[in-house]
Amino acid sequence: MSNSRPIRVLVAKPGLDGHDRGAKVIARALRDGGMEVIYTGIRQTPEMIVEAAIQEDVDAILMSILSGAHMALFPRIMELLKQNQIDDILVAAGGILPDEDIPAIQAMGIKGCFGPGTPTEQIIRFVQENIKPERLSIEV
Amino acid sequence: MSVQNIIERLLSGDRRALARMVTLIENDVPQVQRYLAELHPHTGRAQIIGVTGAPGAGKSTLVTRLVREFRKQGRRVGVVAIDPSSPFSGGAILGDRIRMMELAGDPDVFIRSMASRGSLGGLAASTRDVVHALDAAGYDPIIIETVGTGQAEVEVMRTAQSVLVVVAPGMGDDIQAIKAGILEIADIFVVSKADKPGADQTVAELAMLLSLDSQRRKHAWRIPILRTSALKDQGLVELVNAVQEHQLHLAESGQLGERMQRQGRSELTMLIQQAVARALQTVVSEEEWQAFSEAIARRERDPYSIAQELEARIGLKP
Repeated sequence: MSNSRPIRVLVAKPGLDGHDRGAKVIARALRDGGMEVIYTGIRQTPEMIVEAAIQEDVDAILMSILSGAHMALFPRIMELLKQNQIDDILVAAGGILPDEDIPAIQAMGIKGCFGPGTPTEQIIRFVQENIKPERLSIEV
Repeated sequence: MSVQNIIERLLSGDRRALARMVTLIENDVPQVQRYLAELHPHTGRAQIIGVTGAPGAGKSTLVTRLVREFRKQGRRVGVVAIDPSSPFSGGAILGDRIRMMELAGDPDVFIRSMASRGSLGGLAASTRDVVHALDAAGYDPIIIETVGTGQAEVEVMRTAQSVLVVVAPGMGDDIQAIKAGILEIADIFVVSKADKPGADQTVAELAMLLSLDSQRRKHAWRIPILRTSALKDQGLVELVNAVQEHQLHLAESGQLGERMQRQGRSELTMLIQQAVARALQTVVSEEEWQAFSEAIARRERDPYSIAQELEARIGLKP
């Protein structure tokens, strides 16, 4: 198959904060970058996020979290991805992530961490460059 | 996943295999027709329900409530929700899951969002094949939610058995606007947001439009106009019953068989059109297309004789 198929991205908001302007800005920017973005709305549990990722067969999950619960929710999400054998999906996070947590977040397998003020072009490029090529050239 | 593997896994209900199959179908990989051929004997079992209507009419909310009712009956439900692709970037924001949040996490509800990718009929070009894949995986019913529609997006009638047209009150003259096109494809009218003022008037206007329909044959289906309110949780049981009645009507009157034959015919026609388009792509280079287009624009050549020439080149004419 051609390598030109649109990248599918899940933009997810785990946790209880209800502020999704950042997530919407990212979703819009990725759309303008030619991607198909599935946005699921606020207050998603890890189970909801992973089930959506399975059904939508996404290439990347971008999570936005402002509540401070990332160290509780991210490990659960990564564990569920592994359990469901879809841990080849690119995962990145944004929102309010304290500097001292970043090494631990990256150690979980979350490849990118993007704080407030990150230019959207940088995130688009990150997604384009970090999705495993074998995902996009799907041979069964 | 090997070929046999993905098909076996899909048929045994593996959601990852199904999700990957949908991706393959959406992107029209070369092997996909072979896979679909293998799945075909396992399709044709599901009830296929189309939900269409103007943007903001309440389609996603209605679909969510419908799924909830079907889940109460213990059925595994498939949903295919289509949103428009940007004509500029080719990207899309697929937001139907936001309103379907209460269904998230239920593994017996398979929801797939699709971008329209340039198709204008309210569905994506591959929606019908995606529905086949869900059907083969054992989901029944399968609900198709179209993009927000205006007058002409009637493609859903070529895929669904029962078409629900959702109309919100307070759209006033918009009912006039939709009286051609999508109004004609309704098997059931749903007046959504019936808790709002103006619902009675909308029902009355629809009833008036239906009474003008002289095409209606003697034993034809009487198109019901139902009110629903997601806010007050009203009308859903009645709607599910109406869908069941319509399905029964289709089966008893022989129309289900007719519809399936019509759909089979349109599938076959479409496949052949695609094959012709592909054949043309292989024998006509981009430069040549360009040269033809320029010659036509300059009136040095006419499109009719060029078409004949190309038909001969792909073997359609001696």
